Amino acid sequence: MRNTVLALAAVAALAACASRPEPTPTQPTGGNTTPPVTTPQGPTPGSVEDFRVSVGDRVFFGYDRFDLSTEARSVLERQAAWLRRYPNTRVLVAGNCDERGTREYNLALGARRAAAARDFLVSLGIDGGRIESVSYGKERPLDARANEEAWSVNRNAHTQIVSGAVS
Amino acid sequence: MRLMKSFLASLVAIITVAFVAPPSFAQEADRVHVDIEQGNLNPMPIAVIDFLGDSAAAQQVGRDIAGVIRADLDRSGLFRAIAPDAFIERIEATNIPPRFAGWKNIDSQALGVGEVLPQADGRILVTFRLWDVFGERRLDSFEVPPRTPDGWRRIAHHIADKIYEQLTGERGYFDTQILFVSESGPRTARIKRLMIMDQDGANPSFLTGPNAMVLTPRFAPNSRVLTYMSFETGAPRVFLYNLNTNRREVLGDFPGMTFAPRFRPDGNGIVFTLDMNGNSEIFSMDLQSRARQRLTNHPAIDTSPSYSPDGSQIVFNSDRGGSPQLYVMAANGSGQRRISFGEGRYSTPVWSPRGDLIAFTRQGGGRFAIGVMRPDGSGERILTESYLDEAPTWSPNGRVIMFFREGRGEGPRLWSVDLTGRNLRRIDTQTEASDPAWSPLLP
Repeated sequence: MRNTVLALAAVAALAACASRPEPTPTQPTGGNTTPPVTTPQGPTPGSVEDFRVSVGDRVFFGYDRFDLSTEARSVLERQAAWLRRYPNTRVLVAGNCDERGTREYNLALGARRAAAARDFLVSLGIDGGRIESVSYGKERPLDARANEEAWSVNRNAHTQIVSGAVS
Repeated sequence: MRLMKSFLASLVAIITVAFVAPPSFAQEADRVHVDIEQGNLNPMPIAVIDFLGDSAAAQQVGRDIAGVIRADLDRSGLFRAIAPDAFIERIEATNIPPRFAGWKNIDSQALGVGEVLPQADGRILVTFRLWDVFGERRLDSFEVPPRTPDGWRRIAHHIADKIYEQLTGERGYFDTQILFVSESGPRTARIKRLMIMDQDGANPSFLTGPNAMVLTPRFAPNSRVLTYMSFETGAPRVFLYNLNTNRREVLGDFPGMTFAPRFRPDGNGIVFTLDMNGNSEIFSMDLQSRARQRLTNHPAIDTSPSYSPDGSQIVFNSDRGGSPQLYVMAANGSGQRRISFGEGRYSTPVWSPRGDLIAFTRQGGGRFAIGVMRPDGSGERILTESYLDEAPTWSPNGRVIMFFREGRGEGPRLWSVDLTGRNLRRIDTQTEASDPAWSPLLP
């Protein structure tokens, strides 16, 4: 559980780093008043970035598990709320596994994880026709390292906006 | 002949112990006697001369062919090819018996002599004789049907197969190919392409491009049609690929993702996994009628099906008992029963071409092992183990298993190991490599 929380935090931090460039600090010069510094805005509401950063696009699983944790459910609830707000969007839910399983079994396990996330979104009122799912098994790890922390990050269901987002 | 016989007896004993079950007391005692007390597992010394030829070009081909034969025999672990510079006798003609004394002197148990005869049409004909040095008699004599000069490696593998067959009583496995997945790029953005090469790593060539990730290739029994899984169209799909026509097609039109394909032993059918919204089930499809049949019906994971060589049964992987284990069913899906009961998680079952054993991957204690068990689950033996050993595939004679091995944080490589658990070897590939599939003997 602690690993998952850490992993979530790590992913969120990574995502934040990747999506929000550091604002260039502006030094006051002399007595002249400079134009007001523009503070960085969050991602454009309704954009892919908005979904990824403000909502959270991955939920995480235990080893060889596909049941949704409390944290996973709350992320999926936020995803559902966002999808209700932007009804023209469509998503692909991809199930992923760590490397500590064999290839074909992991393709089946990833499919279960994708289905668990998809079914929960549908139970929250999202039209199943807007949600495609796929399994990448152990083929698309998020974290390349070979340790428990990486594996806990790599066991996930990843919701990607495939169309209808604000650009 | 006495020495020769004892070598042959030890080879047969190794093979017998590996295959016959359960071993009788006499065989067990024989194995202990041969393998451990006498240390007779030393590979059999064998001499193969550079093949004769009446021109410089033919002699060069003759040297090349002999080199490949020696390398095949060495790699089998059952033979030790004596280096030609140790030879005392110089063979001048293949059609007269050698003077055996010089070959006995260097303890060569068998002697292979051959000649390269270029034909008027540009092809090459190769003749070969195998001699029992201590028995002072001819064991085999044959011509390899003419081939174009670029087919010289296949001539060599064919002869190595004949030597293996004469001296072990088993079919060989050298004139074969390996399909595998060539891997490159970072782990988070891996490029996986289908590749084919000769059994000894020669003649590698790509069969698919860098854009579509390809997994789990397998040969049809005729070695000319392949099946594999690819992400080419987005979701995992089973593909068929005809090497003769270069035609590629998606297998069937299914609502979910399809993966884990394998051919039926008659080559006219495929068994595979279809996943519909998180429930994977095993299906079979006839390639002529395209009729499909559902073989499992369970909410658990059911995948990795593999036919018995007579086509009557299928071994598969299911977690219906709470963890991944091996199950066997009739080819129509009836009579499903669990066969793996050892410690750990079992997956990737593959039925031996001889029918007597099932190879698998076993995971436990943070490690992955390759092992074999009988189809009823008895006689489990682990052959090799590491951080990650996965995906066994059988040599066509059922004596050697190839698989891929990954060190912690390292890329995968192909390895092979004998059914005895001995002779663990890495197969050289230009790139990192996984998911090997061993072809039948080439036609």
